Amino acid sequence: MTTLLTLAVLVLVAIAIWQMTKIFELSQLRTDNSEVANDKDNKNNGYLMFAFLIFIYGITIFSFAKYGKMLLPEAASEHGSDYDTLMLISMVIIFIVQIITQALLHYFAFKYRGEKGKRALFYADNNRLEFIWTIIPVIVLAGLILYGLYTWTNITDINDEDDPLIVELYAQQFNWTARYGGADNTLGSANVRMIDIDKANVLGLDESDSYADDDVIVKELHLPVGRKINFKMRSQDVLHSAYMPHFRAQMNCVPGMITEFSFTPIYTTEEMRQKPEIVDKVERTNKVRAEKAAETGEVVDPWEFDYLLLCNKICGKSHYNMQMKIIVETEEEYNEWMASQQTFKSTMTASAQ
Amino acid sequence: MSATAHAHVDDHAHDDHGHHHKETFVTKYIFSQDHKMIAKQYFITGILIMGFIGIAMSLLFRMQLAWPGESSIFFEALLGKWAPEGVMDADVYLALVTMHGTIMVFFVLTAGLSGTFSNLLIPLQIGARDMASGFLNMISYWMFFVSCVIMVISLFVEAGPAAAGWTIYPPLSALPMAQPGSGLGMTLWLVSMAIFIASSLLGSLNYIVTVLNLRTKGMTMTRLPLTIWAFFVTAVIGVISFPVLLSAALLLIMDRSFGTSFFLSDIFIQGEVLHYQGGSPVLFEHLFWFLGHPEVYIVILPAMGIVSEVMAVNARKPIFGYRAMIASILAIAFLSTIVWGHHMFISGMNPFLGSVFTFTTLLIAIPSAVKAFNWITTLWKGNLQLNPGMLFSIGMVSTFITGGLTGIILGDSTLDINVHDTYFVVAHFHLVMGISALYGMFAGVYHWFPKMFQGRMMNKNLGYAHFWITAIGSYGVFFPMHFVGMAGVPRRYYQNTAFPMFDELTDVQVLMTVFAIITAMAQLFFVFNFVRSIFYGKRGPQNPWKATTLEWTTPTEHIHGNWPGAIPEVHRWAYDYSKVDENDEYIIAGQDYVPQTLPLFDGEEELQH
Repeated sequence: MTTLLTLAVLVLVAIAIWQMTKIFELSQLRTDNSEVANDKDNKNNGYLMFAFLIFIYGITIFSFAKYGKMLLPEAASEHGSDYDTLMLISMVIIFIVQIITQALLHYFAFKYRGEKGKRALFYADNNRLEFIWTIIPVIVLAGLILYGLYTWTNITDINDEDDPLIVELYAQQFNWTARYGGADNTLGSANVRMIDIDKANVLGLDESDSYADDDVIVKELHLPVGRKINFKMRSQDVLHSAYMPHFRAQMNCVPGMITEFSFTPIYTTEEMRQKPEIVDKVERTNKVRAEKAAETGEVVDPWEFDYLLLCNKICGKSHYNMQMKIIVETEEEYNEWMASQQTFKSTMTASAQ
Repeated sequence: MSATAHAHVDDHAHDDHGHHHKETFVTKYIFSQDHKMIAKQYFITGILIMGFIGIAMSLLFRMQLAWPGESSIFFEALLGKWAPEGVMDADVYLALVTMHGTIMVFFVLTAGLSGTFSNLLIPLQIGARDMASGFLNMISYWMFFVSCVIMVISLFVEAGPAAAGWTIYPPLSALPMAQPGSGLGMTLWLVSMAIFIASSLLGSLNYIVTVLNLRTKGMTMTRLPLTIWAFFVTAVIGVISFPVLLSAALLLIMDRSFGTSFFLSDIFIQGEVLHYQGGSPVLFEHLFWFLGHPEVYIVILPAMGIVSEVMAVNARKPIFGYRAMIASILAIAFLSTIVWGHHMFISGMNPFLGSVFTFTTLLIAIPSAVKAFNWITTLWKGNLQLNPGMLFSIGMVSTFITGGLTGIILGDSTLDINVHDTYFVVAHFHLVMGISALYGMFAGVYHWFPKMFQGRMMNKNLGYAHFWITAIGSYGVFFPMHFVGMAGVPRRYYQNTAFPMFDELTDVQVLMTVFAIITAMAQLFFVFNFVRSIFYGKRGPQNPWKATTLEWTTPTEHIHGNWPGAIPEVHRWAYDYSKVDENDEYIIAGQDYVPQTLPLFDGEEELQH
């Protein structure tokens, strides 16, 4: 690969130099050897401008056709559908504007390419036109702003209604830990100053706080479907960002403060895996992986879809691999899993012995 | 002061070095106080040298992204011990990304762009002998030079240069145990930036004073070319916002070196609790982006000014809506200082603030839309002279629209949640400010090269090749990148192989990298053309593009003080292209432009004032 790449670059450089000298020679030979564009230049570049418009449309269509299916699947959280709708509306507006303005820009560049003797129109101002293209963005943006703010207020309104499950996401270089409030659904107080590695109190829980006793600390996030989850984020060292793209959820984890985010998962991992778009994606991905495996000779496991928590704020060397699996399951499965976990108190007693 | 002194001396019409002092090689080429020489110094240091380093770095990390973990002789040759057996180290990847951002944003597009064109054009286009203070101008350049040297030195320190991202958010940037780059590398980064800020302030103050005080007779503010308006407003934003970055940098230096806790609190790292208590990284984010956001307008406004001017000249038409263009520059400048929070929607800041910043941010779309539509209308019914400068101007409008539109998504706090810090952001800002500003810069260089180098012109065919390869390549790199972002791929990942869900996107990475390499190679056309034209470029006429503005009334040979005789007086605005009288004839028979120096003719109406 490297040699191929090296060769490619060398060839490109050689071509570049060759072309440069050639172009240079050609330009010397011309009778009209001014460096100011003449009619021929205007004509050539005018046509190229038109071709470039087609290129822009082409790359748009190409990208949608080839990469459109690779985008994130349908949102798996309650607020996610609002998010997706707003995104769709914004995208439609953007593409309408993009298609029209690029067309005008490049078409004018083509249509009005210069010719000797042609006269440009002295057209310096038109208040009505300018008013129109000021007021249209104002109206469109007002709509987008209102819709956006309405959704934003709903998403960021984190309250204790509907009996939310309280989960702490704890970030450190370079892994995630989750903590559940346990039977009382209340997190015991914690601070990094109370971390005691010897006793395996890695999150710095206050051992004298009775709320902490039944807290459950895990390395895999399990969430019951259909129940609101209120996340409390903490970080022990640098900034991290808890990014859960399938749920349209993200919040930074900031040392010294507790940040919050809330969402309600609506599809279990199992349901998500059944969705046609996920089935397709898994199939495509496993094909890519199999090809890669064949090429390198490594053994690559086939992939199965899972929700993920990624770190999305630069945090150091292994930032690119700071992840935690999220499993959304039914209430019963969740309760069963939870029952099999050790509480903080029991791990403390175990380590004390 | 020196400028007025020269005004008297120059009336004697001496040779170009006929002043009180004799010009030596040192005073002419090194410690020059002449704005034209300083402009060239900025160009060569800021854009050619720093730009080369910055773009080369981007190629290295793009290769790592396309062929993750593969060995390369380039890595081995250029990174040495940081690429054991030719495989790039993950820390080095972050360092490259960080330094690419820092160099491109600050050194190339802030100092390089403003430094070159503000210095070159402000005195020439407003009709001044030089900057208000040639001495401060020289100091400003040399401080910039020192900051460049320090930044380049930081690339060679043992533990590597700063690697916390160009935004250097603490605690990552504050704690050497968090990553190796946060040791000496970060110290040098901060020292370099502190000097850079001082340099930028000196430069900006000089630009502001010059524009306000040294305009020639008749050059009212509403007769200024839009370039000058853009440079002027850019300098104002710089003076307002750069000091805030300096304060952020100073507080960070104190946290790092003197144990204060401005930005740090409750930290447990490598098995020990640090003493820091009560600081907040969010405070740093506020301070950083209070500069950081205006900064992107500091980058793009000069490009907008250059494009407006180059486009009007080559369209042989007045810029459409001159006053609306000024108003939108002012509106953008004002709004740019109250939108910084849109970088922080999910930083843990109060969500209500997010709402406010969404509102102000989306407002910026309005003046931006006005500008885009006015440029398009300027082309309408023109007689477009498609010189390389004009092509880059049209290209700039195209990338500005494409990149700007996605700002509607990122500026919306709701939509930002899921695309924040993904490749979607990277694609957005590279198109809207990176590529657009570079296009503006290229437009300016092709257009004003004759003013920089004694009437010599750059080769147009090389210019065309340069433009078309760059235009296709830029879209080829950054258009598919939006899709990568919307697939959820975070930025600043050394490789995406840890996530099978991103496996099918490797193809896109390869495509983008190939386009990036081709585009970067095309920049060699430009460098070759530029250097060659300095020595062998064909000499054009005094006013090769037939422009109305004052700089083309100066002799092609550079002289200290710009005009050999008296400074010309200005009688009209800068955009009397293709103006006709009531008989539908050009104002000056056979000439489709009227220089600013010509008084109004009998019966001629001064339009648009």
